[in-house]
Amino acid sequence: MFDLRTDMALVKVHDLKMHFPIYTGVLRRHTGDVKAVDGVSFDIIEGETLGLVGESGCGKSTCGRAVLRLYDITSGSIVIDGDDISTMSQDDLRRKRPTMQMVFQDPQASLNPRMTVAGIIGEPLDEHTKLTKSEREARIYELMDQVGLNRDFANRYPHEFSGGQRQRIGIARALALNPKFIVCDEPIAALDVSIQAQVVNLLEDLQERLGLTYLFISHDLSMVRHIADRVAVMYLGKIVELASRDDLYSDPLHPYTKALLSAVPEPDPTLHDTAERVILTGDVPSPSNPPKGCNFCTRCPAVMDICHRVDPEFLTVRPGRQVACHHYSETKNTNVDQPVT
Amino acid sequence: MPDGALPVLDVKDLKTVFRTRQGEVHAVNSVSFDLRPGELLGVVGESGSGKSVTMMSLIGLLPTPPAEVRNGQVLFGGKDLLKTDDDTLRAIRGARIGFVFQDPMTSLNPVFSVGYQLMEPLRKHMGMNKAAARKRAQELLELVGIPDAGRRLKDYPHQFSGGMRQRVMIAIALACDPQVLIADEPTTALDVTIQAQILELVKDLRQKLGMAIVWITHDLGVIAGIADRVIVMYGGQIVEHAPVRDLFANPQHPYTRALLETIPKVHGARDDRLRVIEGQPPILGAAPEACPFRARCTHRFERCDRENPPRVPVGPDHDAACFWDAGTGGERDV
Ligand SMILES: Nc1ncnc2c1ncn2[C@@H]1O[C@H](COP(=O)(O)OP(=O)(O)O)[C@@H](O)[C@H]1O
Ligand SMILES: Nc1ncnc2c1ncn2[C@@H]1O[C@H](COP(=O)(O)OP(=O)(O)O)[C@@H](O)[C@H]1O
Ligand SMILES: [Mg+2]
Ligand SMILES: [Mg+2]
Repeated sequence: MFDLRTDMALVKVHDLKMHFPIYTGVLRRHTGDVKAVDGVSFDIIEGETLGLVGESGCGKSTCGRAVLRLYDITSGSIVIDGDDISTMSQDDLRRKRPTMQMVFQDPQASLNPRMTVAGIIGEPLDEHTKLTKSEREARIYELMDQVGLNRDFANRYPHEFSGGQRQRIGIARALALNPKFIVCDEPIAALDVSIQAQVVNLLEDLQERLGLTYLFISHDLSMVRHIADRVAVMYLGKIVELASRDDLYSDPLHPYTKALLSAVPEPDPTLHDTAERVILTGDVPSPSNPPKGCNFCTRCPAVMDICHRVDPEFLTVRPGRQVACHHYSETKNTNVDQPVT
Repeated sequence: MPDGALPVLDVKDLKTVFRTRQGEVHAVNSVSFDLRPGELLGVVGESGSGKSVTMMSLIGLLPTPPAEVRNGQVLFGGKDLLKTDDDTLRAIRGARIGFVFQDPMTSLNPVFSVGYQLMEPLRKHMGMNKAAARKRAQELLELVGIPDAGRRLKDYPHQFSGGMRQRVMIAIALACDPQVLIADEPTTALDVTIQAQILELVKDLRQKLGMAIVWITHDLGVIAGIADRVIVMYGGQIVEHAPVRDLFANPQHPYTRALLETIPKVHGARDDRLRVIEGQPPILGAAPEACPFRARCTHRFERCDRENPPRVPVGPDHDAACFWDAGTGGERDV
């Protein structure tokens, strides 16, 4: 079953690392690295949405950008639609770009304020296609229809639109070249609750109609539960747990996943009196100086001796479920079915 | 809360307008509410609904121009704060009404140590000498759960993490034992695990100190967890007000109902499709002469286009500003 999934994967990421060097002093000596992404592996099957969740600074955006080779990665391999792009030349990458696109968090900052909507959506067409003027215009209108933007507004500027509509412009631009894979980096984080649902429904409709594959990055666990088929939980540069949406939310395995889920305030006052909550103490350590052993050992409510010494491997513990935690590894086999509190 | 006890804060018919080059912005329209002793009043609404401007207006934190408080009465300790001189108001803000904002970096001064910023109101408003103020400052940091409080007094704001800075802000707001704490989206910029820590802290502080709290947020989950009563704002107005359980179990205004239906949940049943509230929040260019929610409402009557519905009682301590009667599904007779 695992192999079957791998064969259907549109995106295959293996042991991806993205370290940012730190230079200090007048001599700008290389004194360390921000290990923003420190060895993550995952597949995304064609047509599915993989959610990537975790607290701010855990490396979600860096991971999303690295997967699209917007950075020169430190190490690892990234295969998208059959091509290994991890070592691809810039020329080859340019030819590959149309298949893989990105939608950003802040539609305001990612849209050129001096360009009209038509200009913004048409820009990738100018760069990568040789459409005639009328073909280009027809394509822009088609894209505007697809994302629910009124054609009459094609010659307006981004600031004339609301946040939700600006995000639609960003999505239309990402769709211009018929991509197969889109990284959505917190696409609804800047939007109001009542507008978030509009954009999420649009992303879902487009996925169904166009057969898109998404990496959906978000810190909003309830929205990820809605949109994702499978979910990866990141902590300090690593994926600590990856599972199908239903498994992850109904039966989280990693102590961090448990804590994260129990920290989400539920919109139901009757639950708050009874719910047992795991409240983590302290803050996330710095990615330039992660703790020895398991990255989560400084805050883990179920920490053991071994956790301070050995970094747990990311292992398949049940069909379709991977977790990096000593409570579930071979050496601690007896603990597998015991709840970690 | 003892029944019939006088409210600590009583706001009546507050109206705030901004004069801008593009014209007037009617940010707050006839907002009335009270804050009762020891309670936590939640204020929810999406951005631009007037939550912050309401709270800033009532304690004189908005610069005129562009802001203009056109109408209203804010009773606090027997005084109308809208008729109080600036010096008295400043003293009340520093001591008897505490504030915590979303971004602690904008309200903490980066060039002074945290200890100095804690001791300053104690010396100014409580007349403490340096030693007493220092001792109290350390106690306050301990109270809000900052480890190694004594040593951290000499640290500067940037040396604290986001969550710890918000704790420092809470400590400063609580320094002079205020009767009222106004917290404006204090956890919105924080991660959920840190937010959970702050919410626990607030529950704990309420038990220990017993002040009344106004807690502004756009997150209905946060409100569900900590509020006693809730007001829901939309388009610069209060559209619904109810005890927290009642609001979630029995929402009456179409906006509240739609909002509760659109938010996805982490537990319980999962909907395949999110419900949406079509359209956009209103632009507040003029005083509203119709219901601000009408363009997005699924229960709109002809009357909603002509009249701005008043808040009508719909249950014990529960009111909604709507002509639609959720009980009968028909038009309300008001
Ligand atoms: N260009 C960069 N140079 C140095 N450090 C970076 C850079 N981009 C991100 N980082 C650091 O990498 C870590 C992960 O950041 P990011 O991927 O943005 O996290 P997230 O999206 O999960 O909030 C953070 O500590 C951040 O400060
Ligand atoms: N300084 C200002 N000048 C003009 N309009 C303002 C100003 N401050 C706030 N507003 C307007 O007042 C309305 C209410 O804002 P606010 O109270 O900040 O909303 P909330 O806190 O609910 O997000 C918004 O429409 C906002 O644009
Ligand atoms: Mg990010
Ligand atoms: Mg506000």
